[in-house]
Amino acid sequence: MSPRPFRLRKISNPPAISGLKPYIGSKIITGSGSVFLHLEEYEAVRLCDHEMLTHSQASVMMAVSRPTLTRIYSSARRKIAEALVTGKRIIIEGGKVYFDSEWFLCKSCGCYFNNPDKQKALKECPLCRGRNLVNAGNITNEIK
Amino acid sequence: MKVAITSKGNNLDSKLDERFGRCSYFVIYDTETKGMEFLPNPNKDAQEGAGPASVQIVASRDVRKIISGEFGLKIKSLLDSLKIQMIVLKKPEKSIKEVIEMLNQ
Repeated sequence: MSPRPFRLRKISNPPAISGLKPYIGSKIITGSGSVFLHLEEYEAVRLCDHEMLTHSQASVMMAVSRPTLTRIYSSARRKIAEALVTGKRIIIEGGKVYFDSEWFLCKSCGCYFNNPDKQKALKECPLCRGRNLVNAGNITNEIK
Repeated sequence: MKVAITSKGNNLDSKLDERFGRCSYFVIYDTETKGMEFLPNPNKDAQEGAGPASVQIVASRDVRKIISGEFGLKIKSLLDSLKIQMIVLKKPEKSIKEVIEMLNQ
């Protein structure tokens, strides 16, 4: 019997870099091997340690259960630790993921909109320039 | 910057079309020159694939934002990769004129 298939993890901000390389002095070390950090593990670290969300908040953002998020997160930490200690390259790729941009709701004109440029934070409504914005989070499922 | 608005008719008093792929007309509005263009949508009565075909039309006009009442499943990821912003306005009673006034505020 085949196992139950993975649930796809939602990624809202793909990484700006495709990996990190170790160095000594000004020399980049090659040949020490590499660890493959999955995209979902990158996203878990971003949500938990950069945006400082709790595991249950992060699990909602990634559309998985809280225990699953914790499992992804601890696997990410183990991989990052391995790379740091043994001087391996980190390559961010792979994983069972789908991309979704963040959605916002403007309270002044009542429209929903997404943020296609993930590097820049949105400050005002693209339609009425209102500044009363709320993060609509998982509301995309309703609009679809 | 160019903005696409889905419209039910080909004049300024027409209402906003609630669907993106199968809307009657696209209004391409340039926020800098204030110029506009009404494009009839050839995919209005398409059986399937109306969304991606319509994305191609608006993307070829170098549009950065699209205002419509609803976006289908296939379109979201497509527009995400093209970095076109989707604006969902659930107010079908608004006319194109009113939407453009909102943009110019």
